[in-house]
Amino acid sequence: MVSPTASPALVEPRRPPTVAAVHSALAEVADPEIPVVSIVDLGLVARAAVDPTDGSIHVTLLPTFVGCPALDVIRAAVEERLAAFDRPVRVDFSFAPPWTSDRITTRGRERLRRSGFAPPSPAPAADAPTLIQLAPPASVSCPHCSSRRTVLENAFGPTQCRSIHHCTGCRQPFEAFKPV
Amino acid sequence: MNAERTGDTANLDPTARLALGELLLSMADDEFVIGFSDSEWTGIAPLLEEDVAMSSLAQDEIGHAKALYELLAGLLDDGHDADAIAYDREPPDYRHCRLLDHPRGDWADTIARRFLYDTADAVRLEAVASASWAPLAELVGKIRREERYHVMHVGAWLERLALAGGEARVRLEDALERLAPDAATVFAPLRDEAALVAGGILAAPMNDLEARWRTMIGPTFERLRLTPPPPATEPERGRLDHTAAFEWLHSEFTSVRRLDPAATW
Repeated sequence: MVSPTASPALVEPRRPPTVAAVHSALAEVADPEIPVVSIVDLGLVARAAVDPTDGSIHVTLLPTFVGCPALDVIRAAVEERLAAFDRPVRVDFSFAPPWTSDRITTRGRERLRRSGFAPPSPAPAADAPTLIQLAPPASVSCPHCSSRRTVLENAFGPTQCRSIHHCTGCRQPFEAFKPV
Repeated sequence: MNAERTGDTANLDPTARLALGELLLSMADDEFVIGFSDSEWTGIAPLLEEDVAMSSLAQDEIGHAKALYELLAGLLDDGHDADAIAYDREPPDYRHCRLLDHPRGDWADTIARRFLYDTADAVRLEAVASASWAPLAELVGKIRREERYHVMHVGAWLERLALAGGEARVRLEDALERLAPDAATVFAPLRDEAALVAGGILAAPMNDLEARWRTMIGPTFERLRLTPPPPATEPERGRLDHTAAFEWLHSEFTSVRRLDPAATW
């Protein structure tokens, strides 16, 4: 706060936040569907920029799926966290580049595994042809016992980005993040 | 490579612009209608896992439709948003293909319809993946990564029903026969599609895309000893003359919107 006796000329204008500070703040925003990982660890943040003149913040996020129903929730969470900087905030969604599961960070993968989600195997190439019969997906390691003797039960899980598997080693069901 | 790709439609001549609108509307209506049709299985699919899968497929398709309607709303820029385009038209004004006009039917009808549609859609998506209009190319790049799973899933079901023999196979053959006259209507020619090809938006005319599709699905039909679909009887009417089954679906999917069109959700 400015003390009433201070001369306005002596008040230094607050500096705009640094891009690094914005990134650190975004790393505290949890994904609403899988809250063990942040939107940064999921690779959702494509760009974060700070306008040097007015300090306004512009964040571009990549939806994991085109029809992801959580986008408005994610936008609101980002706006709420960045409000601490007290600058105008704009949050956009983009498909350029397309989000792919390869964007999930090493730390994100480890956090997924620790909470019972198998991290995704490498995503198919963008221009890979669509085949009527794909080779069976590479077997996914069980996040509980690390066995590779697992079976795909359903390519479609409780959210668009997850699939359902069963481990024949420890006989536990588990979910995996879909390679897309 | 794509140095000339742009989000600006100013470099499109008026004919190509109109044709682009028609292409977006046909793609969006296809995804919207099959998404709503498949959501009819939520709660009553033959297996719990399939209930989850069909609901997830439906969610994907309606998401694709919404994104395509948003591109169209931006292109037309006439004050109608994506919801208005999706919900505020009368049945004859929808431009989905007649393949999607059949009633939901049984499980075999659903699998047959989705197999024919998803494979045709894959060919169409590939043909617009390098579109000179960046917003379409970017969206389609993302959609293709999702649709890959749809083709894989429905392909496995087609095979399962075809190889099961007995009632499952009979029902699948009946379904394919019912859908056959409309199977190729995804490739109904668009008015002025030549302008889309010339403008670098569509890689080839719909006729050529249909030939690519037949090459794609031919080996599967042959291996499963199923009859491949014949050419559409009236291809130029392939997105017109919607049926009573679609009028019923339309009354369902617009029912909430009609309660209070101005409501904020």
